[in-house]
Amino acid sequence: MTDGKVRLRLEVNGEPVDLLVDGYKTLLEVLREDLQLTGTKHGCELGECGACAVLVDGEPILSCLALAVESEGARVRTVEGLVEHGRLHPLQEAFADRGAAQCGYCTPGILMTARALLDREPSPTPERIREALSGNLCRCTGYHQIVEAVEAAAAALAAGAASATPSAESGVATPAGPTPAGGRR
Amino acid sequence: MTTPRTIGQPRRRVDARAKVTGQTRFADDVLLPRMLHGRLLRSPHPHARIVRVDTSRATAMPGVHLVLTGDAFPVAYGILPVSHDEHALCRDVVRFVGDPVAAVVARDEATANEALAAIAVEYEPLRTFASPEDSLAHAEPRIHDYGDVGNIHKVVALEFGDVDEAIAGADHVFDDVFFFEGNTHLPLEQHACVATKDPDGKLVLYSSTQTPHYVHRALAKALDLPAAHIRVIATPNGGGFGGKSDPFNHEVVAAKAALLLDRPVKFCLTREEVFYCHRGRHPVLMRFRTGVTKDGRLTGVDLRTLLDGGAYGSYGAASTFYTGALQTVTYQIPRYRFRGCRVFTNKPPCGPKRGHGTPQARFGQEVQLDKIAHHLAIDPADLRLNIVAPADSLTANYLKVGTIGLAECIRTVVDRSGWREKHGRLPHGRGVGLACSSYLSGAGLPINWNDLPHSGVQLKLDRSGGVTAFCGATEIGQGSDDVLVACVAEVLGIAPFDVRAVTGDTDLTPVDLGSYSSRVTLMMGNAAIQAAERARELLAEAVSAKLEVPQARLTFAEGRVFDAEAPDRGLTFREAVCAAEARFGTIGTTGSYTPPKSPARFKGGGVGPSPTYSYTAAVVAVEVDPETGWITVPTVWIAHDIGRAINPVLARGQVEGSVYMGLGEALMEEQAFRRLPPRLSRALVHKFPSILEYKSPTSLDMPEIVTDLIEHPDPAGPFGAKEVGQGPLLPIMPAVANAVFDAVGVRVDEVPITPEKILKALAAKAAGKPARTGPAAYPENVPWPEPLHVTPPWEGGDGRASNTRASSGRKADAGIEATAGVKS
Repeated sequence: MTDGKVRLRLEVNGEPVDLLVDGYKTLLEVLREDLQLTGTKHGCELGECGACAVLVDGEPILSCLALAVESEGARVRTVEGLVEHGRLHPLQEAFADRGAAQCGYCTPGILMTARALLDREPSPTPERIREALSGNLCRCTGYHQIVEAVEAAAAALAAGAASATPSAESGVATPAGPTPAGGRR
Repeated sequence: MTTPRTIGQPRRRVDARAKVTGQTRFADDVLLPRMLHGRLLRSPHPHARIVRVDTSRATAMPGVHLVLTGDAFPVAYGILPVSHDEHALCRDVVRFVGDPVAAVVARDEATANEALAAIAVEYEPLRTFASPEDSLAHAEPRIHDYGDVGNIHKVVALEFGDVDEAIAGADHVFDDVFFFEGNTHLPLEQHACVATKDPDGKLVLYSSTQTPHYVHRALAKALDLPAAHIRVIATPNGGGFGGKSDPFNHEVVAAKAALLLDRPVKFCLTREEVFYCHRGRHPVLMRFRTGVTKDGRLTGVDLRTLLDGGAYGSYGAASTFYTGALQTVTYQIPRYRFRGCRVFTNKPPCGPKRGHGTPQARFGQEVQLDKIAHHLAIDPADLRLNIVAPADSLTANYLKVGTIGLAECIRTVVDRSGWREKHGRLPHGRGVGLACSSYLSGAGLPINWNDLPHSGVQLKLDRSGGVTAFCGATEIGQGSDDVLVACVAEVLGIAPFDVRAVTGDTDLTPVDLGSYSSRVTLMMGNAAIQAAERARELLAEAVSAKLEVPQARLTFAEGRVFDAEAPDRGLTFREAVCAAEARFGTIGTTGSYTPPKSPARFKGGGVGPSPTYSYTAAVVAVEVDPETGWITVPTVWIAHDIGRAINPVLARGQVEGSVYMGLGEALMEEQAFRRLPPRLSRALVHKFPSILEYKSPTSLDMPEIVTDLIEHPDPAGPFGAKEVGQGPLLPIMPAVANAVFDAVGVRVDEVPITPEKILKALAAKAAGKPARTGPAAYPENVPWPEPLHVTPPWEGGDGRASNTRASSGRKADAGIEATAGVKS
């Protein structure tokens, strides 16, 4: 079982990677164990929870269900690759400001899934966001602050990331008083 | 004090950046050089004697470094002092499918898995107990050789005033039986740990635990090591919800293996194993007999509960008390009798899940109140408003109610939801239901009874101007690090970003008992304020001397210490620390918190006391298709008496997360079991130990949630804060049940409320039978002891029992005081 190393060449977060991996390993295992990119999480390793979602050639996939060797030649992006030029991605800013990450365990998978959504649909409706994230389980938040954060990030991206990036110390914007969370109405 | 600048402000939590960049280091993210990997071999039998374990083939396999069996673990441990009934690996008997019998440590997980398959275990199957009824009826074979009698783990009986008289004198008597199915926490993070020997030769354990202090104690006992030579580091938990509050087998095995091999050893459980660890919601059958006056006041409540405990004690003795502890803090109940019974069965052990033992009986109580209101033709909101417990009062069972915002919570959700226009007035198939709840802001007593603080905070300030706050509290996602930093920053008048939190490390941080019982904000917060105020005193004295300004005039705000009467006259915070360091030497202060003593003086009175209680009211709207029974929840209105929100963004998240988890319990989540067919051993197995089959709500299932935080600062809380992490879950399940009745006129007296059960009740109604789905009866064969009789405060009681418990031949109830303080 532990014999049979396979050469694997791919691009991870913009950097070329060339390594020998066990042929049976999933992309999740190679990212976490061989490349020590532990930002990608696992909650089931059976394709049920969405915690391990990464982008392969721009598509969100469950890395626990993909054999690493299937990614030969692909461009893989993980949560570690969301930060660019030392700046948080607007999705990360919005998640941080709006309470979208509580324990933070489902967060990387949700961020990557949301990134793929926004890359394709820059102004998704809340319903569309819910649909896109319906394969990512979160046990902490009840999802509303996540959906609101994705909406806020979409708005920030539309307004231009530069002017929309608050400083690390910025407060948020939860209005005082009752806080109706957007849901199906 | 000046106007708060941090407390109450919506802020980015202090650990947010780590979480959104994937840099939060969870237990399985700990990678150490030369690390080996461990796996546990788990029993395929629900109840069997271990005849023989042959590890020879596994031991000889290449890449295998160590194989352990129960022989290596002679010492039992457990979370409660009264039920040290677990061994890291089973020695003689396995008690549920999933009970670990052997462990392999190998160069990688794949090799360890292959070696597990090479271990031969011979079992002699024993009779399996699948249900509480089964365990009540059959005393032999005993699952454990301790407990009250036979397979009954714990029986408790308490009576506050003459309840039979109170019920006999009532205008109406309501007698209802309810069932709450078990469910599990399902944290997204699978339990994991890494054990290693530090260079000095001492044990270090990194673990996804909510209670590093208790794991510390368990390791010291199970491995027979001095506690001072063990370091437990709680890594941030990827969700806990009570499921990571016990010391676990894999933690003890990893520690032993690391010591034997002198190499780091990691265990990361599979999702299936997380279902076996469980310690989740107890299935509870309950019967409420309640006397009511014609105007809807309660004369007395007689509650019986029956808990299916699963295979081990866990927190169960405390859980049993909790099923009856908090009924009295919401409503005026002049007389009260509670009898609870927990039995052992051959299933994964139950324990504390969010709300610990209280959601089950809260469900029964709130659904019964809805039935009472309907019968008396009183609006359910008005019925409750008329009987809300008074502020600053003692309950019949000697719980001290402080501030109580319950009436305001009820009025708020009634107004926001349009309750008066909707309840009883919506078309068939649509309805609204109301329910309330309360929860502890920290348990008043520790698990291990002693006079020591429940939470300690140390502050280090130095000439850099930096402040570091050390506390044993454990970040499980709820935001405890943020509360710690916020309290310190507020007192010292600096920005949260200027305070560093070091938490959950038994070597570096003073003891905090852990993230359970909604205790952290109140207890750690008060300790943090005390430590910060002591530091402020030192700085103020030094600045006062330097600037020749009276201390009383100094203000700490916006990173400066200045004369309130001449704000330009002041020092930066960094300069102030330098002045203090020059004057006093190294600056370090401490704070600690111990809850006030409870007025209860009877055995069992230790479960339920809290420095203060949170209150919640919720209205849930439902739509039920009478053809299919399909139930949807479009909107939830919820109001929570939080005292004061430290960070409203996080507080709202706790409320919404509670609503979410409550809806899961109300509609779909269940930890259910089935028998394998005879050709496959008839073993009692988990019906669906996978996330795919254990249904939980997705983003598409969530209703609109309208949250109101009711803020009237409570004197017991830090800056007036009460808990918010557990209480808001509790009203959701009964509110859904009450809304279903409003929608289609049938009662589902059990959880989860499924389309099948609704259809069954609709069919019963159509056939002229009682329009109800639910349990038929509460068993008559529970061997109740004579209750402890405690006279309520208003009948001249002093908190003591007027009798001692009749032991009826059972073992003396030694250690009950010790368990009394346990909570979730």
